[in-house]
Amino acid sequence: MSTTTLTAPIRVNTAGVHARPGLGRLVAVELRKMVDTRAGFWLQVAMVALTVVVVVVRLLVGDAAHHTFQSVLDAGLQPAAILLPVLGILLVTSEWSQRTGLITFALVPVRSRVLGAKLIASLLWAVAMLAMSLAVVAAGVLVSSPGVEGTWSNAAPLIGQSAVYLTTGMVVGVAFGAILLSAAPAIVLRFALPTAWMAVLSLPAFSGVAPWVDYARALGQMTAKVMSAPQWAHAGTSLAIWMVLPLLIGAWRIGK
Amino acid sequence: MIQTNALTKQLGGHTVVSDVTFRCEPGTVTGFLGPNGAGKTTTMRMLVGLSQPDSGTAQILGERYRDLPNPGRRVGILLDASAQHAGRRGREALAVSAHTMGVPAQRVDALLKLVGLDETAARQRVGKYSLGMRQRLGFAHALLGDPEVLILDEPANGLDPEGMRWMRGLLRNFADRGGTVLLSSHLLAEVEAVADRMMIISGGRIQAQGTRAELMTESTTIVEADDLAGLDAALHRAGLATHPADGDRRLVEAEPEVVARAAMADGVVLRRLAPAEGAGLERLFFKLTAPDASTPSTQTDSIHPELAGATA
Repeated sequence: MSTTTLTAPIRVNTAGVHARPGLGRLVAVELRKMVDTRAGFWLQVAMVALTVVVVVVRLLVGDAAHHTFQSVLDAGLQPAAILLPVLGILLVTSEWSQRTGLITFALVPVRSRVLGAKLIASLLWAVAMLAMSLAVVAAGVLVSSPGVEGTWSNAAPLIGQSAVYLTTGMVVGVAFGAILLSAAPAIVLRFALPTAWMAVLSLPAFSGVAPWVDYARALGQMTAKVMSAPQWAHAGTSLAIWMVLPLLIGAWRIGK
Repeated sequence: MIQTNALTKQLGGHTVVSDVTFRCEPGTVTGFLGPNGAGKTTTMRMLVGLSQPDSGTAQILGERYRDLPNPGRRVGILLDASAQHAGRRGREALAVSAHTMGVPAQRVDALLKLVGLDETAARQRVGKYSLGMRQRLGFAHALLGDPEVLILDEPANGLDPEGMRWMRGLLRNFADRGGTVLLSSHLLAEVEAVADRMMIISGGRIQAQGTRAELMTESTTIVEADDLAGLDAALHRAGLATHPADGDRRLVEAEPEVVARAAMADGVVLRRLAPAEGAGLERLFFKLTAPDASTPSTQTDSIHPELAGATA
């Protein structure tokens, strides 16, 4: 082709010109975008700082004998549980509100790959923040109540549940962000809707169906106690409604 | 190379781009001219897959843009210099894209230097940038992947005269090395000095396209005389279409010789008589982009097929 010879002198470096950016690279870029803006950076700082504050306060209150891993974890996970969904929302909505989507989708025209990278990055970051929260909680418990019997009981299943709690919470944020493409309504709805929904479901007429569709209740107990099989079933159906369905709608909207 | 075929797009019930067909060859700079809202941006968005045409096709380097495996390495795009995260530092904004397209990080610094953003500017958050700085960052971004094609929407917007000259040099050099450039503007003067070819769009339709010489097939003449009234009368008697121009001049739609003969017949002394190149192009631009020009008048129709033939 004549254009090849014509353009040859322009090229400085030809490596990777015809290679599609791999998913691993796209995930790394999305992780980078979570922390390289002012808002992103301070959200991470706030998450770590609040986790430390919450754990310290929790340990200062009450009797050391009650400071089991289980009870401190329930409190110590809350900062991450609240801020990770916000981070997930911003990861999607900033492409529209800051209009960086013009660049992102020009560099990666297949939008589903971008959304996929954002989801994987969110899962990885949620696991990293889980590790951070667990480290703070464990350090606090070790200092505050060493040698108390049963301190570490149920640690393994609780950590597993916490992982589900944080990762799904962040993915719900990504999904709400993808549907609304605007941070403020996404953040409000992400937190207000499950609560309002819980109020509606508390009406006697819904007592049968409520546990299966009540996201706030089904997921809220994950960090407090080891869940039973029916509780897992309730969490599963709630997540289908609150996470999978919004994600599908959001993916459709972004791909449009 | 950029090629479109009958691109058409409707937005909100009315047609914003209609039957747009053109071709930009390697080694050339093409100016895409038209008033605001003429359909330039929508056309450019369709070129790079950010907007889907209702009908028609667009190809860059022989493929649909979205089929290019790593488009950032072959096509440099500047659609809106303000479309950067306000909370991200200038260098980081480039580094994120370099990371995405697999360009070594050193290239970010090379480009910051090329566009004249110093260390202080590179460390600043983009939200603090002036329009001119954003535009320079946008240029750096478009050139980051070492592309073969540049698509720039209103790149001169916010540049000072010195920046404008720098941009022209950059684009000329890029094209001379075999690159393809498409740049849009609503100001003729920004494009005229650098473009090899021009397309004039209005009301979503290409009204005329071709080289400067092709667009100037209608020759016009600038004429000055002390006796303006006498000149006007002479030109009127000769049946020559005349338009007032700056500084008591007249722009006449005829060859200089024809104007000279008309003036001589009436004994009018001319102070100046010259082919009106720039002014003629400007008039053509305004004529083609006037609000009622969306359906070309018979006069522009006579230009249109000829140019279409010349560029096919």
